[in-house]
Amino acid sequence: MTAKELGMDLPPALSRRIVLIGAAGLASGLIAGRDATAQALQPGAHVQVLNKLVGGKKATPGRIKLRIPEIAENGNTVPMTVSVDSPMTPDNYVKAVHIVTDNNPRPEVSSFYFTPANGKAEVSTRIRLAETMHVIAYAELSDGSVWSDQAEAKVTIGGCGG
Amino acid sequence: MTKRLWAGAAAAAAAVAVIVAACAADGPPAKIPLPADGTAGGHKSEPVSAFEVQGKKSGYLYATPETQAMENDDGENPASLWLEQGEALWTKKDGEAGKSCGSCHGAAANLRGVGTTYPKVSKVTGKLFTIEDQINYCRTEYMKAPPFKLETQDMLGMAIFVMYQSRGLPMNVSVDGPAKPYFEEGDRLYHTRRGQMNVACTQCHENNAGNYIRADLLSEGYSNGFPLYRLAWQRAGSFDYRMEECYGRVRAQPEPYGSEELKKLQLYVAWRSNGLPVETPAVRR
Amino acid sequence: MPTARIRLPAGIKKGEVIEVKTLVTHAMESGQRKDANGQVIPRKILNKFVCTYNGKEIFRADLWPAISANPYIAFFIKAADSGTLDFAWTDDDGSVIKESAKIEVT
Repeated sequence: MTAKELGMDLPPALSRRIVLIGAAGLASGLIAGRDATAQALQPGAHVQVLNKLVGGKKATPGRIKLRIPEIAENGNTVPMTVSVDSPMTPDNYVKAVHIVTDNNPRPEVSSFYFTPANGKAEVSTRIRLAETMHVIAYAELSDGSVWSDQAEAKVTIGGCGG
Repeated sequence: MTKRLWAGAAAAAAAVAVIVAACAADGPPAKIPLPADGTAGGHKSEPVSAFEVQGKKSGYLYATPETQAMENDDGENPASLWLEQGEALWTKKDGEAGKSCGSCHGAAANLRGVGTTYPKVSKVTGKLFTIEDQINYCRTEYMKAPPFKLETQDMLGMAIFVMYQSRGLPMNVSVDGPAKPYFEEGDRLYHTRRGQMNVACTQCHENNAGNYIRADLLSEGYSNGFPLYRLAWQRAGSFDYRMEECYGRVRAQPEPYGSEELKKLQLYVAWRSNGLPVETPAVRR
Repeated sequence: MPTARIRLPAGIKKGEVIEVKTLVTHAMESGQRKDANGQVIPRKILNKFVCTYNGKEIFRADLWPAISANPYIAFFIKAADSGTLDFAWTDDDGSVIKESAKIEVT
């Protein structure tokens, strides 16, 4: 890796050091290891989890919107907001929103259960992403329909802060 | 009988005066009394909104919009949890003297402005004090209570609460007079290459602020938001906690929390930050 | 000492839909990290969150280790009446962190 690739204009000796610091950051990232013991997940495990949560119903893309930064500043704390287009009336509301990921040690992140008393089907939280991956959200509506959205968040290796 | 009573009262009054004087030596006069409802009477401030002063850009401006949003709203700022703990401790009596912070200082809002001057040389002891040192000096000397351990939730909570009283006010540490030798030493430390990487603070935070080190955008390295919450840590931490990380990254032996070296370095970094508003508790990556 | 913090907007009008912001102190130990001696640190997270409004459950969440430490959960409620919002976070060890907030509508 050169200084140029790093977007730096440095004397060669220093740029080499900076690269070394970067490597140190990578190494310590691996050691601190958000996940030291987990096995790599089989592809599709997150889909199985979702299917189980919604009783095998087929999800259609739409009506639910997942907002997550395209590039997460740190994988330990990634802000996320999910909203569903719904009037939230007693006969037409969002019953649940399920969040999973496709490359964490376990796919499950959280399930949120709403009632018409919420008035608005939107929830925000902060999640852990071990590396770059997709976050998938399913919404279960009171009419039995299931809707989905997904987004990718890039998790970068820091040079200093981890 | 009456005479003796009066004498006793006078002695008691004198004793109170001595105690108040002793406490006042470490802080401004307690103009605003402690609220009667048992709350701390802290200063209410909005999150900081101006982050560039005299050409200095706060680390906030090097954070992503999502991270900035966490600092913009106290309801979203996870360091609020520590702040509330400090607020609760303000009125909690502790130690043999049966006093709380509020017993001497009254409402916490009386400390508005105090945090901008730390680290500073204590008038009472002549030593360089960080805000944590001052808190523990008050605890041991006036409250006769055990000191808080550095980096514990209690210490971080109290340090955040005290610094938060000055939120929005410009950092204003003094480096003249008795602070001068400490400052000169801090200056030297800031410019000293260290660790297996042989890197000084300046190489990242002065020569390369605004450049990327791998995926991380290097900031100008100011201390106006400490103690702060880092997304990577998933907790609040002090200046010393951050330095442990910096030292580690350049493969240097980290300094123990509260070491003389870190105090001098903090004085220098705080002086670099002079003019920037106190952001405590800030949120960074 | 667990601390929870609830933030509601000021000046709530009857029937208004408002955002409720909650924070709670917790390490959310994932059960996937190892300590310095190579021993797995056992999982200890808050696995459930419930909000009741004047005694009636209106919002609930199941949480997994992928939720960050010091969990932040923000959601909405329709401010139908003045009263109390009660919040409860359940720990893996069975303990429950409780917090409540008064809500006044005009």
